[in-house]
Amino acid sequence: MICPPGEPGPGELLVREEVEPGPYGYTPRERPIDVYLQYGAINLDKPSGPTSHEVTKWVRALLGFPGRVGHCGTLVA
Amino acid sequence: MGVLYLHGDVSDEELEDAIGKFRGPIYQRPPVKAAVARELRVRRVCEFEILEREGRFVLVRTVVEAGTYIRRLFYDIGEVLGVGASMRELRRIRSGPLHERDSVTLQDIERAVASWADGDEGPLRRVIVPVEEVLSHVPRIVVKDSAVSAIAHGDAVKAPGVVAVSEGLRKGKDALAVTLKGEIIAVVRPTMDAEHILEAKRGVVAEPERVIMERDLYPPMWKKGKSL
Repeated sequence: MICPPGEPGPGELLVREEVEPGPYGYTPRERPIDVYLQYGAINLDKPSGPTSHEVTKWVRALLGFPGRVGHCGTLVA
Repeated sequence: MGVLYLHGDVSDEELEDAIGKFRGPIYQRPPVKAAVARELRVRRVCEFEILEREGRFVLVRTVVEAGTYIRRLFYDIGEVLGVGASMRELRRIRSGPLHERDSVTLQDIERAVASWADGDEGPLRRVIVPVEEVLSHVPRIVVKDSAVSAIAHGDAVKAPGVVAVSEGLRKGKDALAVTLKGEIIAVVRPTMDAEHILEAKRGVVAEPERVIMERDLYPPMWKKGKSL
């Protein structure tokens, strides 16, 4: 069930033209690791206590690369 | 999923009745400490069920529209029951396509990074997923390789570059411009609905909102106006 009901999901892809991809870019799962990390997301089970901001800082430090790390999906009761 | 605490004694039937009143569209005014304007608004409660009950403590599971305040929902149930109620615990178990069962811990990340340092990037690829996968619920516009660079440089999506469109794509609602390989190029705002984009021969079909892709991943081709 798509929830909330009535909320339009992406639905089927309506194809106008069949086109083959060229030799550029990468299928997301096949990106070389350095590129993969640039376009990555983590579904993190945040412990209660530390703030999202603190956890973001830890993840950035853990990954140890100068990439940008942010967060979204704030749980406001 | 959350723990609702009843401030007085009520029967299972009374509780079930009260909860039933809050399924479907409900009115909510955001609390005093809120990040949004405090005006009365409608939010949909799609699913609301009791998982377990032990006296005044009730474990419930809800599926609600974004922007629904669970603390307020529980408080209002207490008002309907006449005994008062409050929220003791709350845990988000799903958000869009992200499920708790697929979540990872900080320790998982730490171990994956250690494996990576030892030459095995497999665990890191499981802990981190492509951003496209967490946006699978957002409608898409697939464009030709020849249109990618212009969009990655901030150009609008134009009709001739469009290969396919999600049927759920609506004018004014966020969508993703993606490549034939499924890579996200930019978040865009369609200027027409899916059906109309398919029929359009020329002109802008979506305005750029936020470019995600690195500019030079695809070669620029717009100068020559040549199609692949």
